[in-house]
Amino acid sequence: MQERQIMNQEGVRRALVRVAHEILEHNRGAEDLIIVGIHTGGVHIARRIAANLAEFEGIEVPVASLDVSLYRDDYRVREQSQTKIQPTEIPMGIHGKRVVLVDDVLYTGRTIRAAMDALVDFGRPQQIQLAILLDRGHRELPIRADYVGQNLPTALEERVKVRLMETDGADEVALIFEDLNPED
Amino acid sequence: MSLSRTIETPEIGGALGTELAPRKHVLDLDDFTQKEVAGVLGSARSMKEVLGRDIKKVPALRGKVLVTLFYEASTRTRISFEEAGKVLSADVINMSASGSSAEKGESLLNTGLTIQAMGVDTLVIRHPHSGAPHLLAQHLDKVSIINAGDGLHAHPTQALLDLYTVHEKLGSLEGLKVVIVGDVLHSRVARSNIWGFAKMGAKVVLSGPATLMPPDLVRTSENLARSPFASLVEVDTDLDRAIEAADVVMALRLQRERQNAGYLPSLREYTRRWQVTDHRLEKAKSGVMVMHPGPMNEGIEISNSIAHGGNSVIEDQVTNGVAVRMALLYHLTIGSGQEI
Repeated sequence: MQERQIMNQEGVRRALVRVAHEILEHNRGAEDLIIVGIHTGGVHIARRIAANLAEFEGIEVPVASLDVSLYRDDYRVREQSQTKIQPTEIPMGIHGKRVVLVDDVLYTGRTIRAAMDALVDFGRPQQIQLAILLDRGHRELPIRADYVGQNLPTALEERVKVRLMETDGADEVALIFEDLNPED
Repeated sequence: MSLSRTIETPEIGGALGTELAPRKHVLDLDDFTQKEVAGVLGSARSMKEVLGRDIKKVPALRGKVLVTLFYEASTRTRISFEEAGKVLSADVINMSASGSSAEKGESLLNTGLTIQAMGVDTLVIRHPHSGAPHLLAQHLDKVSIINAGDGLHAHPTQALLDLYTVHEKLGSLEGLKVVIVGDVLHSRVARSNIWGFAKMGAKVVLSGPATLMPPDLVRTSENLARSPFASLVEVDTDLDRAIEAADVVMALRLQRERQNAGYLPSLREYTRRWQVTDHRLEKAKSGVMVMHPGPMNEGIEISNSIAHGGNSVIEDQVTNGVAVRMALLYHLTIGSGQEI
């Protein structure tokens, strides 16, 4: 297996600054906004986006966290080690709010489908938008992101690894792939 | 009105896991590792959040069928399995021995095979004979079996909900002093709790009439050599001494028929020496948790004022029972390691 760096610390920072600006521009401010991070990577990124919004606009945007395990349609084909349930914490009402869902990687779209199903059990948001650090393509559902840190065309057999300060000590996005010419 | 609301889920330390190894059955706690117990408790905490929502329903087990098969009476265990299954969107069918073919003499195994043939995914069983769930687990290859109490042997889901309740309130299980009072000899709840608390690093002290203490748990050199429990638990028939500095006091139901069987001289003597009372609790740690697996005989093993007093977590145990059983149902179905 080989690894290639796609984004470094500075790249991640700049991407999230831009995403925060785009959220403000698109929503004409941060009023009625709620940022909802999807466990686990999405929660950390959601907090950073909220911190950026606070810095640019001086507005505290509420951040919530969502675990979608109980709403998945693909647990049967996923690896056993992914059987995780993290606490969902949505302390504020989401009815009538503009919710920005946040995840680290957008791939098949199934996580986002599950997240939208979960969200509507908590109320009827006026709008759900999607912010993603890295879009790697290969959608299996008609879902697209409103805010994208970086687009990266990938092959199906490649894997994307997002490392974050909060869990890995440093920010980095890496592509992991099979070495085709191991002799070289 | 806000459509969203959160139930209080106190911060559980990072010690609780959220990953579980694949598992097919829950028969006893003896094959759970410490890590797996922590994993169940961690998932249960997330499940408790679901129970606090306005819409208490998630689609996780949609299309799965759960049967509860009870050969003994039960209120909270059966209902909490039913609620757990329904909140997770499983279809739940309740069977009891009375009114079923068991009354016509059908064997347990044949009843089990019939249930399996109907395509049931999970079977929750309570049976008066120790080992009944193990028998089904050996012979049914397509169904996950959960033991909801077998004879005098085990009641693993009760022990897990008790562990969860203590961990939620005190933040840890390690190093706690847990006193289990009453008829330990005939209590599957006590047996599973001894396993559970000892496994998680708590100290377990059993107290009650000498006739109701399990002889294999009394510390003799012979028992220490052969029983996995003997070194982990203490027996002290003097409750006033046993309760000193306790973090948790768990009263067990005194089954009144034991008196006729010669285990007790009289209920009055039992009450005088082993009832959990305000006076006795003063010797425990302040903030001691009082537990009871139910159903209670108030005024016998526990005084009325304690049963409904500030130290009692008996109703929390019931609430947590649903969350813990949701966690187990989810992990058996999702994490069974099988194509389902």
